[in-house]
Amino acid sequence: MPVDSDAIVAYIPNLRRYARALAGERHAADDLVQDTLERAMRKFHLWRPGDLRAWLFSIMHNVFINQLRSKRNQPTDELGEYAGAGTPDWVTDAHDLERGLAGLPPEQREVVLMVSLEDMSYEEVSRALGIPIGTVMSRLSRGREKLRRHMDGEGTRPNLKAVP
Amino acid sequence: MNLDDDLLQAFVDGAVGPAERAAVEAALQADPEAARRVLRLVEQKRLIKERFDPVMQEPIPERLRLRRPAWIGYARAAAVLAAGIAIGLAAPSPWRFGAPATPVATAPAPVAAGLPTRAARAHVVYAAEVRHPVEVEAAQQDHLVAWLSKRLGTALKVPVLSPEGFELLGGRLLPGPEGPVAQFMYQEGTGKRLTLYVSARSKQEGPTAFRFAQEGPVSVFYWIDGNWGYALSGDIDKAALSRVSTSVYRQLNP
Repeated sequence: MPVDSDAIVAYIPNLRRYARALAGERHAADDLVQDTLERAMRKFHLWRPGDLRAWLFSIMHNVFINQLRSKRNQPTDELGEYAGAGTPDWVTDAHDLERGLAGLPPEQREVVLMVSLEDMSYEEVSRALGIPIGTVMSRLSRGREKLRRHMDGEGTRPNLKAVP
Repeated sequence: MNLDDDLLQAFVDGAVGPAERAAVEAALQADPEAARRVLRLVEQKRLIKERFDPVMQEPIPERLRLRRPAWIGYARAAAVLAAGIAIGLAAPSPWRFGAPATPVATAPAPVAAGLPTRAARAHVVYAAEVRHPVEVEAAQQDHLVAWLSKRLGTALKVPVLSPEGFELLGGRLLPGPEGPVAQFMYQEGTGKRLTLYVSARSKQEGPTAFRFAQEGPVSVFYWIDGNWGYALSGDIDKAALSRVSTSVYRQLNP
Protein backbone atom coordinates (compact mmCIF):
# COMPACT_ATOMS: atom_id res chain seq x y z
CA MET A 1 0.00 0.00 0.00
CA PRO A 2 1.27 3.45 -0.81
CA VAL A 3 2.62 5.42 2.08
CA ASP A 4 2.58 8.56 0.10
CA SER A 5 0.87 11.90 -0.12
CA ASP A 6 0.10 11.30 -3.77
CA ALA A 7 -2.60 8.85 -2.77
CA ILE A 8 -4.41 11.60 -0.86
CA VAL A 9 -3.78 14.22 -3.53
CA ALA A 10 -5.57 12.00 -6.03
CA TYR A 11 -8.80 12.38 -4.00
CA ILE A 12 -8.76 16.17 -3.69
CA PRO A 13 -11.04 16.71 -6.72
CA ASN A 14 -13.52 14.18 -5.29
CA LEU A 15 -13.41 15.80 -1.88
CA ARG A 16 -14.02 19.21 -3.43
CA ARG A 17 -16.97 18.02 -5.50
CA TYR A 18 -18.57 16.39 -2.49
CA ALA A 19 -17.86 19.35 -0.22
CA ARG A 20 -19.39 21.76 -2.72
CA ALA A 21 -22.59 19.79 -2.77
CA LEU A 22 -22.55 19.37 1.00
CA ALA A 23 -21.71 22.92 2.03
CA GLY A 24 -23.28 24.67 -0.94
CA GLU A 25 -20.90 27.55 -1.28
CA ARG A 26 -17.41 27.46 -2.77
CA HIS A 27 -15.51 29.14 0.02
CA ALA A 28 -17.17 27.16 2.77
CA ALA A 29 -16.66 23.97 0.77
CA ASP A 30 -12.94 24.56 0.31
CA ASP A 31 -12.64 25.37 4.02
CA LEU A 32 -14.11 21.97 4.64
CA VAL A 33 -11.64 20.35 2.24
CA GLN A 34 -8.69 22.21 3.72
CA ASP A 35 -9.57 21.22 7.29
CA THR A 36 -10.04 17.65 6.10
CA LEU A 37 -6.65 17.54 4.40
CA GLU A 38 -4.90 19.07 7.38
CA ARG A 39 -6.42 16.50 9.66
CA ALA A 40 -5.65 13.67 7.23
CA MET A 41 -2.00 14.69 7.12
CA ARG A 42 -1.74 14.75 10.88
CA LYS A 43 -3.40 11.37 11.15
CA PHE A 44 -1.92 9.69 8.13
CA HIS A 45 0.31 7.52 10.31
CA LEU A 46 -2.87 6.10 11.85
CA TRP A 47 -4.27 5.04 8.52
CA ARG A 48 -4.08 1.28 7.97
CA PRO A 49 -4.01 0.04 4.40
CA GLY A 50 -7.58 -0.33 3.30
CA ASP A 51 -10.10 2.01 1.82
CA LEU A 52 -8.39 5.38 1.68
CA ARG A 53 -11.46 7.07 0.19
CA ALA A 54 -13.74 5.96 3.01
CA TRP A 55 -11.11 7.10 5.49
CA LEU A 56 -10.85 10.56 3.93
CA PHE A 57 -14.62 10.92 3.76
CA SER A 58 -14.94 9.87 7.37
CA ILE A 59 -12.52 12.65 8.29
CA MET A 60 -14.53 15.12 6.26
CA HIS A 61 -17.68 13.92 7.99
CA ASN A 62 -16.14 14.66 11.40
CA VAL A 63 -14.95 18.08 10.28
CA PHE A 64 -18.39 18.83 8.84
CA ILE A 65 -20.19 17.77 12.02
CA ASN A 66 -17.87 19.92 14.11
CA GLN A 67 -18.54 22.90 11.86
CA LEU A 68 -22.29 22.37 12.15
CA ARG A 69 -21.99 22.21 15.93
CA SER A 70 -20.07 25.46 16.13
CA LYS A 71 -22.56 27.09 13.77
CA ARG A 72 -25.42 25.89 15.87
CA ASN A 73 -24.02 27.91 18.74
CA GLN A 74 -24.23 31.04 16.66
CA PRO A 75 -27.46 33.03 16.77
CA THR A 76 -28.55 32.48 13.16
CA ASP A 77 -30.05 29.29 11.92
CA GLU A 78 -27.91 27.35 9.47
CA LEU A 79 -30.74 27.25 7.00
CA GLY A 80 -31.97 30.72 7.80
CA GLU A 81 -31.28 32.09 4.37
CA TYR A 82 -33.53 29.45 2.86
CA ALA A 83 -36.33 29.63 5.35
CA GLY A 84 -39.30 31.47 4.00
CA ALA A 85 -37.63 32.25 0.70
CA GLY A 86 -40.10 32.09 -2.12
CA THR A 87 -39.56 30.26 -5.35
CA PRO A 88 -39.35 32.80 -8.17
CA ASP A 89 -40.25 31.30 -11.51
CA TRP A 90 -36.84 32.11 -13.00
CA VAL A 91 -35.17 29.70 -10.62
CA THR A 92 -33.44 27.04 -12.65
CA ASP A 93 -33.30 23.33 -11.97
CA ALA A 94 -29.75 23.68 -10.71
CA HIS A 95 -30.78 26.24 -8.11
CA ASP A 96 -33.70 24.11 -7.23
CA LEU A 97 -31.44 21.13 -6.75
CA GLU A 98 -29.08 23.09 -4.53
CA ARG A 99 -31.95 24.43 -2.48
CA GLY A 100 -33.36 20.97 -2.21
CA LEU A 101 -30.05 19.56 -0.98
CA ALA A 102 -29.60 22.42 1.47
CA GLY A 103 -33.05 21.66 2.81
CA LEU A 104 -32.15 18.08 3.69
CA PRO A 105 -31.07 17.25 7.21
CA PRO A 106 -27.25 17.08 7.07
CA GLU A 107 -27.14 13.36 7.88
CA GLN A 108 -29.42 12.61 4.91
CA ARG A 109 -27.55 15.00 2.62
CA GLU A 110 -24.27 13.23 3.35
CA VAL A 111 -25.59 9.79 2.46
CA VAL A 112 -27.41 10.97 -0.66
CA LEU A 113 -24.26 12.71 -1.91
CA MET A 114 -21.84 9.91 -1.13
CA VAL A 115 -23.97 7.49 -3.08
CA SER A 116 -24.94 9.86 -5.90
CA LEU A 117 -21.62 11.63 -6.48
CA GLU A 118 -19.06 9.08 -5.39
CA ASP A 119 -21.01 5.94 -6.25
CA MET A 120 -19.97 4.59 -2.90
CA SER A 121 -21.33 1.23 -1.87
CA TYR A 122 -23.62 1.19 1.17
CA GLU A 123 -20.86 -0.59 3.03
CA GLU A 124 -18.34 2.11 2.23
CA VAL A 125 -20.78 4.81 3.35
CA SER A 126 -21.41 2.87 6.52
CA ARG A 127 -17.67 2.81 7.22
CA ALA A 128 -17.17 6.46 6.35
CA LEU A 129 -19.98 7.61 8.62
CA GLY A 130 -19.66 4.95 11.29
CA ILE A 131 -23.32 3.92 11.04
CA PRO A 132 -24.98 0.56 10.27
CA ILE A 133 -25.83 -0.28 6.66
CA GLY A 134 -29.53 -0.29 7.53
CA THR A 135 -29.23 3.29 8.69
CA VAL A 136 -27.41 4.20 5.47
CA MET A 137 -30.31 2.80 3.47
CA SER A 138 -33.04 4.46 5.47
CA ARG A 139 -31.34 7.87 5.45
CA LEU A 140 -30.73 7.50 1.75
CA SER A 141 -34.33 6.69 0.97
CA ARG A 142 -35.74 9.43 3.21
CA GLY A 143 -33.29 11.97 1.78
CA ARG A 144 -34.08 11.03 -1.77
CA GLU A 145 -37.80 11.19 -1.20
CA LYS A 146 -37.55 14.59 0.43
CA LEU A 147 -35.36 15.91 -2.37
CA ARG A 148 -37.75 14.52 -4.96
CA ARG A 149 -40.71 16.21 -3.34
CA HIS A 150 -38.81 19.48 -3.28
CA MET A 151 -37.87 19.17 -6.95
CA ASP A 152 -41.45 18.32 -7.85
CA GLY A 153 -42.56 21.44 -6.07
CA GLU A 154 -44.43 19.64 -3.35
CA GLY A 155 -44.23 21.39 -0.03
CA THR A 156 -42.81 24.59 -1.47
CA ARG A 157 -45.91 25.54 -3.40
CA PRO A 158 -49.46 25.51 -2.20
CA ASN A 159 -50.81 22.02 -2.43
CA LEU A 160 -53.76 22.51 -4.76
CA LYS A 161 -56.13 19.64 -4.77
CA ALA A 162 -59.22 19.52 -6.86
CA VAL A 163 -62.21 19.53 -4.60
CA PRO A 164 -64.80 17.11 -5.84
CA MET B 1 -41.51 -10.25 -6.40
CA ASN B 2 -42.19 -7.41 -4.02
CA LEU B 3 -40.67 -4.30 -5.59
CA ASP B 4 -40.48 -2.22 -2.42
CA ASP B 5 -38.55 1.03 -2.15
CA ASP B 6 -35.54 -0.56 -0.45
CA LEU B 7 -35.14 -3.07 -3.22
CA LEU B 8 -35.58 -0.52 -6.00
CA GLN B 9 -33.09 1.76 -4.34
CA ALA B 10 -30.53 -1.05 -4.00
CA PHE B 11 -31.19 -1.94 -7.63
CA VAL B 12 -30.46 1.62 -8.76
CA ASP B 13 -27.32 1.80 -6.62
CA GLY B 14 -25.95 -1.47 -7.93
CA ALA B 15 -26.27 -3.09 -4.52
CA VAL B 16 -28.02 -6.27 -5.70
CA GLY B 17 -26.35 -9.39 -7.05
CA PRO B 18 -26.59 -10.43 -10.71
CA ALA B 19 -29.39 -12.97 -10.14
CA GLU B 20 -31.51 -10.54 -8.15
CA ARG B 21 -30.80 -7.82 -10.69
CA ALA B 22 -32.20 -9.99 -13.48
CA ALA B 23 -35.26 -10.80 -11.38
CA VAL B 24 -35.90 -7.12 -10.64
CA GLU B 25 -35.50 -6.23 -14.28
CA ALA B 26 -38.06 -8.86 -15.23
CA ALA B 27 -40.48 -7.73 -12.52
CA LEU B 28 -40.15 -4.10 -13.60
CA GLN B 29 -41.46 -5.05 -17.06
CA ALA B 30 -44.74 -5.93 -15.47
CA ASP B 31 -44.91 -3.02 -13.04
CA PRO B 32 -44.92 0.40 -14.75
CA GLU B 33 -45.39 2.24 -11.45
CA ALA B 34 -42.24 0.64 -10.00
CA ALA B 35 -40.41 1.32 -13.26
CA ARG B 36 -41.33 5.01 -12.93
CA ARG B 37 -39.92 5.06 -9.40
CA VAL B 38 -36.68 3.54 -10.68
CA LEU B 39 -36.46 6.16 -13.41
CA ARG B 40 -36.98 8.95 -10.90
CA LEU B 41 -34.14 7.64 -8.74
CA VAL B 42 -31.82 7.32 -11.72
CA GLU B 43 -32.76 10.79 -12.90
CA GLN B 44 -32.12 12.33 -9.49
CA LYS B 45 -28.69 10.73 -9.32
CA ARG B 46 -27.90 12.00 -12.78
CA LEU B 47 -28.98 15.55 -11.92
CA ILE B 48 -26.79 15.65 -8.83
CA LYS B 49 -23.78 14.38 -10.75
CA GLU B 50 -24.36 16.71 -13.64
CA ARG B 51 -24.57 19.70 -11.33
CA PHE B 52 -21.41 18.98 -9.30
CA ASP B 53 -19.13 17.06 -11.66
CA PRO B 54 -17.69 20.27 -13.12
CA VAL B 55 -16.14 20.99 -9.71
CA MET B 56 -13.73 18.13 -10.40
CA GLN B 57 -12.33 20.02 -13.39
CA GLU B 58 -11.75 23.28 -11.54
CA PRO B 59 -8.12 24.06 -10.83
CA ILE B 60 -7.15 23.18 -7.27
CA PRO B 61 -6.80 26.39 -5.26
CA GLU B 62 -3.34 27.09 -3.92
CA ARG B 63 -4.43 26.65 -0.34
CA LEU B 64 -5.42 23.04 -1.01
CA ARG B 65 -2.10 22.00 -2.48
CA LEU B 66 -0.01 19.77 -0.33
CA ARG B 67 3.62 19.70 0.50
CA ARG B 68 5.57 16.63 1.42
CA PRO B 69 5.27 15.48 5.00
CA ALA B 70 8.11 16.18 7.38
CA TRP B 71 9.55 12.71 7.52
CA ILE B 72 10.21 12.60 3.81
CA GLY B 73 11.98 15.91 4.07
CA TYR B 74 14.07 14.74 7.00
CA ALA B 75 14.94 11.44 5.39
CA ARG B 76 15.90 13.24 2.24
CA ALA B 77 17.91 15.84 4.12
CA ALA B 78 19.75 13.11 5.98
CA ALA B 79 20.56 11.37 2.73
CA VAL B 80 21.69 14.58 1.10
CA LEU B 81 23.89 15.54 4.05
CA ALA B 82 25.43 12.11 4.37
CA ALA B 83 26.30 11.91 0.73
CA GLY B 84 27.10 15.52 0.19
CA ILE B 85 24.99 15.54 -2.91
CA ALA B 86 21.91 17.47 -3.83
CA ILE B 87 19.16 15.29 -5.15
CA GLY B 88 17.13 18.21 -6.36
CA LEU B 89 14.22 18.64 -3.97
CA ALA B 90 13.18 21.38 -1.65
CA ALA B 91 14.29 21.73 1.95
CA PRO B 92 12.42 19.66 4.52
CA SER B 93 9.12 21.09 5.57
CA PRO B 94 6.13 19.78 7.40
CA TRP B 95 2.85 19.57 5.55
CA ARG B 96 2.01 23.10 4.70
CA PHE B 97 -0.78 24.73 2.85
CA GLY B 98 -0.64 27.59 0.46
CA ALA B 99 1.99 28.86 -1.95
CA PRO B 100 3.83 25.60 -2.57
CA ALA B 101 7.17 25.64 -4.34
CA THR B 102 6.20 22.66 -6.46
CA PRO B 103 2.61 21.63 -7.05
CA VAL B 104 2.44 18.07 -5.88
CA ALA B 105 -0.81 17.50 -7.73
CA THR B 106 1.12 17.00 -10.95
CA ALA B 107 2.79 13.85 -9.64
CA PRO B 108 0.67 10.84 -10.58
CA ALA B 109 0.23 8.36 -7.80
CA PRO B 110 -0.03 4.83 -9.13
CA VAL B 111 3.50 3.98 -10.14
CA ALA B 112 5.57 5.71 -7.49
CA ALA B 113 3.21 4.07 -5.03
CA GLY B 114 3.55 0.71 -6.72
CA LEU B 115 7.33 0.57 -6.74
CA PRO B 116 7.96 0.33 -2.99
CA THR B 117 5.10 -2.10 -2.56
CA ARG B 118 6.35 -4.40 -5.27
CA ALA B 119 9.91 -4.14 -4.01
CA ALA B 120 8.85 -4.93 -0.45
CA ARG B 121 6.81 -7.93 -1.54
CA ALA B 122 9.72 -9.31 -3.55
CA HIS B 123 11.96 -8.68 -0.57
CA VAL B 124 9.70 -10.58 1.80
CA VAL B 125 9.44 -13.54 -0.54
CA TYR B 126 13.10 -13.98 -1.42
CA ALA B 127 15.00 -12.56 1.55
CA ALA B 128 13.38 -15.26 3.68
CA GLU B 129 14.70 -18.01 1.40
CA VAL B 130 17.35 -20.05 3.14
CA ARG B 131 18.45 -22.31 0.33
CA HIS B 132 17.61 -20.36 -2.81
CA PRO B 133 17.68 -16.65 -2.02
CA VAL B 134 19.14 -15.90 -5.46
CA GLU B 135 19.11 -17.41 -8.90
CA VAL B 136 22.70 -16.56 -9.75
CA GLU B 137 25.23 -16.26 -6.96
CA ALA B 138 27.76 -13.52 -6.44
CA ALA B 139 30.56 -15.93 -7.36
CA GLN B 140 29.33 -15.55 -10.94
CA GLN B 141 28.90 -11.82 -10.70
CA ASP B 142 30.02 -11.08 -14.25
CA HIS B 143 27.51 -13.52 -15.64
CA LEU B 144 24.79 -12.19 -13.29
CA VAL B 145 25.29 -8.61 -14.39
CA ALA B 146 25.55 -9.45 -18.09
CA TRP B 147 22.43 -11.58 -17.93
CA LEU B 148 20.25 -9.12 -16.04
CA SER B 149 21.53 -6.19 -18.12
CA LYS B 150 20.56 -8.04 -21.25
CA ARG B 151 17.09 -8.87 -19.94
CA LEU B 152 16.39 -5.34 -18.69
CA GLY B 153 17.95 -3.75 -21.76
CA THR B 154 20.30 -1.48 -19.85
CA ALA B 155 23.81 -1.69 -18.49
CA LEU B 156 23.26 -2.49 -14.82
CA LYS B 157 25.77 -1.63 -12.18
CA VAL B 158 25.89 -3.55 -8.95
CA PRO B 159 26.71 -1.29 -6.03
CA VAL B 160 29.40 -2.47 -3.64
CA LEU B 161 28.06 -2.25 -0.10
CA SER B 162 30.94 -3.87 1.79
CA PRO B 163 31.83 -0.56 3.50
CA GLU B 164 28.26 -0.61 4.89
CA GLY B 165 28.75 -4.20 6.02
CA PHE B 166 26.66 -5.88 3.31
CA GLU B 167 28.08 -8.41 0.85
CA LEU B 168 26.44 -9.29 -2.43
CA LEU B 169 24.71 -12.68 -2.33
CA GLY B 170 23.59 -12.61 -5.95
CA GLY B 171 20.50 -11.71 -7.91
CA ARG B 172 17.45 -12.85 -9.75
CA LEU B 173 15.08 -11.89 -12.53
CA LEU B 174 11.47 -11.05 -11.62
CA PRO B 175 8.39 -10.10 -13.60
CA GLY B 176 7.14 -6.52 -13.29
CA PRO B 177 4.36 -4.41 -14.83
CA GLU B 178 6.84 -2.69 -17.16
CA GLY B 179 8.78 -5.84 -18.04
CA PRO B 180 11.64 -7.68 -16.40
CA VAL B 181 12.87 -6.55 -12.99
CA ALA B 182 16.25 -7.23 -11.42
CA GLN B 183 16.65 -7.99 -7.75
CA PHE B 184 20.07 -7.97 -6.11
CA MET B 185 20.43 -9.36 -2.63
CA TYR B 186 22.96 -8.42 0.00
CA GLN B 187 23.67 -9.94 3.37
CA GLU B 188 25.21 -8.62 6.55
CA GLY B 189 27.35 -10.73 8.88
CA THR B 190 24.39 -11.17 11.23
CA GLY B 191 22.31 -12.60 8.40
CA LYS B 192 20.23 -9.46 7.82
CA ARG B 193 19.43 -9.05 4.17
CA LEU B 194 18.81 -6.13 1.88
CA THR B 195 17.43 -6.25 -1.63
CA LEU B 196 17.88 -3.73 -4.40
CA TYR B 197 15.00 -3.79 -6.84
CA VAL B 198 15.57 -2.25 -10.27
CA SER B 199 12.55 -1.77 -12.48
CA ALA B 200 11.76 0.19 -15.64
CA ARG B 201 9.94 3.42 -14.90
CA SER B 202 6.34 3.56 -15.96
CA LYS B 203 5.52 6.17 -18.57
CA GLN B 204 3.25 8.15 -16.25
CA GLU B 205 5.91 8.52 -13.61
CA GLY B 206 8.23 11.50 -13.47
CA PRO B 207 11.57 11.58 -11.68
CA THR B 208 11.30 11.16 -7.94
CA ALA B 209 14.00 11.77 -5.40
CA PHE B 210 14.48 9.74 -2.27
CA ARG B 211 11.32 8.61 -0.62
CA PHE B 212 10.76 6.34 2.27
CA ALA B 213 7.96 3.82 2.65
CA GLN B 214 7.16 1.41 5.42
CA GLU B 215 5.58 -1.74 4.05
CA GLY B 216 4.73 -3.80 7.10
CA PRO B 217 8.05 -4.82 8.66
CA VAL B 218 10.00 -3.82 5.57
CA SER B 219 11.53 -0.37 5.22
CA VAL B 220 11.98 0.84 1.66
CA PHE B 221 13.92 3.74 0.23
CA TYR B 222 13.12 4.34 -3.39
CA TRP B 223 13.71 6.81 -6.16
CA ILE B 224 13.14 7.14 -9.86
CA ASP B 225 15.97 8.30 -11.98
CA GLY B 226 15.79 8.57 -15.74
CA ASN B 227 13.98 5.54 -17.03
CA TRP B 228 14.55 3.43 -13.96
CA GLY B 229 13.05 3.03 -10.56
CA TYR B 230 15.20 1.79 -7.69
CA ALA B 231 14.06 0.51 -4.33
CA LEU B 232 16.24 -0.69 -1.49
CA SER B 233 14.32 -2.81 0.99
CA GLY B 234 15.31 -4.24 4.31
CA ASP B 235 14.01 -5.21 7.69
CA ILE B 236 16.37 -2.73 9.30
CA ASP B 237 15.86 0.66 10.85
CA LYS B 238 15.31 3.67 8.69
CA ALA B 239 18.52 5.48 9.54
CA ALA B 240 20.69 2.49 8.66
CA LEU B 241 18.76 1.90 5.46
CA SER B 242 19.06 5.56 4.58
CA ARG B 243 22.85 5.30 4.92
CA VAL B 244 23.03 2.32 2.61
CA SER B 245 20.60 3.91 0.14
CA THR B 246 22.80 6.95 -0.08
CA SER B 247 25.75 4.75 -0.93
CA VAL B 248 23.72 2.94 -3.59
CA TYR B 249 22.54 6.21 -5.08
CA ARG B 250 26.05 7.62 -5.13
CA GLN B 251 27.49 4.59 -6.86
CA LEU B 252 24.77 4.56 -9.48
CA ASN B 253 25.15 8.31 -10.09
CA PRO B 254 28.87 8.97 -9.87
